[in-house]
Amino acid sequence: MIDRGDLWLVIIGLGLGSYCLRFLFLGLVGDRPLPAWLTRHLRYTAVAMMPALVAPLVAWPAATGGQTDPARLLAAAATLGIGMLTKNVILAILSGAVALLAGGYLMG
Amino acid sequence: MPLPSRNSDYWQGVRAGSPFLLVIAPFGTLFGVLATEAGLNLFETLTFSVVVIAGAAQFVSLQLLQEHVPALIVLASALAVNLRMAMYSAAITPHLGGMPLWKRALSAYFLIDQTYAASALEFERHPEKTLAQKFAFFMGTMTPTCPPWYAFTLLGAWLGEAVPADFGLDFALPIAFLAMIAPALRSGAHVVAALVATVCALLLAWMPYNLGVLCAAALGMVAGAEIERRMAR
Repeated sequence: MIDRGDLWLVIIGLGLGSYCLRFLFLGLVGDRPLPAWLTRHLRYTAVAMMPALVAPLVAWPAATGGQTDPARLLAAAATLGIGMLTKNVILAILSGAVALLAGGYLMG
Repeated sequence: MPLPSRNSDYWQGVRAGSPFLLVIAPFGTLFGVLATEAGLNLFETLTFSVVVIAGAAQFVSLQLLQEHVPALIVLASALAVNLRMAMYSAAITPHLGGMPLWKRALSAYFLIDQTYAASALEFERHPEKTLAQKFAFFMGTMTPTCPPWYAFTLLGAWLGEAVPADFGLDFALPIAFLAMIAPALRSGAHVVAALVATVCALLLAWMPYNLGVLCAAALGMVAGAEIERRMAR
């Protein structure tokens, strides 16, 4: 069970923090250009943060008690592969779901 | 009497934003379902979506909260996911920066992946549009994306109460994330950033409080930026 204090701290903190990030330049900085080194790093936040979060979840799933699971590896590979080939987020998710179910059926 | 042109700019925005419903609907629903499975009630789930209004960061914080990661680390990780909002804010400012403060404050709240993507594309194509036209277009892109995000979250929360807890939804989040990462790997530098972050996250998994993830993401960003700098030369 998630602690209610933690939950509200995260909801409100994340809401305020995200709003500040969105308001930062539009509201405060105006149209002065950002330093190039900063925009260069900001460009890679999403493609670095999301894989870093996902990698341990894929390698050691909580649902199997941290045991590496071939069906989940297969599902992850299918999602990423179809996603990169088609650039279609929904198709990628469906492929991952099908691979997870099929893998679980064949290997489980 | 002809309709004011602002109106048509608004509707152009609505049309430009509408395709994103295909992404907003399933992700909003999924967030509602997962939040309910995690024990959040309707009010908490909906508030989450209205206050934060950022899919990836909401999924991240929900996942980490369930793993009982300390709240400050949860916040830092989710805000790191949202750092790109600052980049959107900077990129949209040349177009909307001349508006009065209340309009800029309002636009900032609605600055999400989809409204940014649709508006930036349009403003690059039509720099001659007036401030009022651009604002109308931006509010148009918001209409089919932001309110549906709340609505589908709510729908998911209702569905979540009906879905049994052990439905294999544990892996929905990794799959959703992988699907979002794939189209974002636009260049070699993006691929390197993702690879470095992945390998480091696995190697640094021993670090307490999920700090390994933050360190791995920072290393991935540095790697991506460095590759871009070298390729530009």
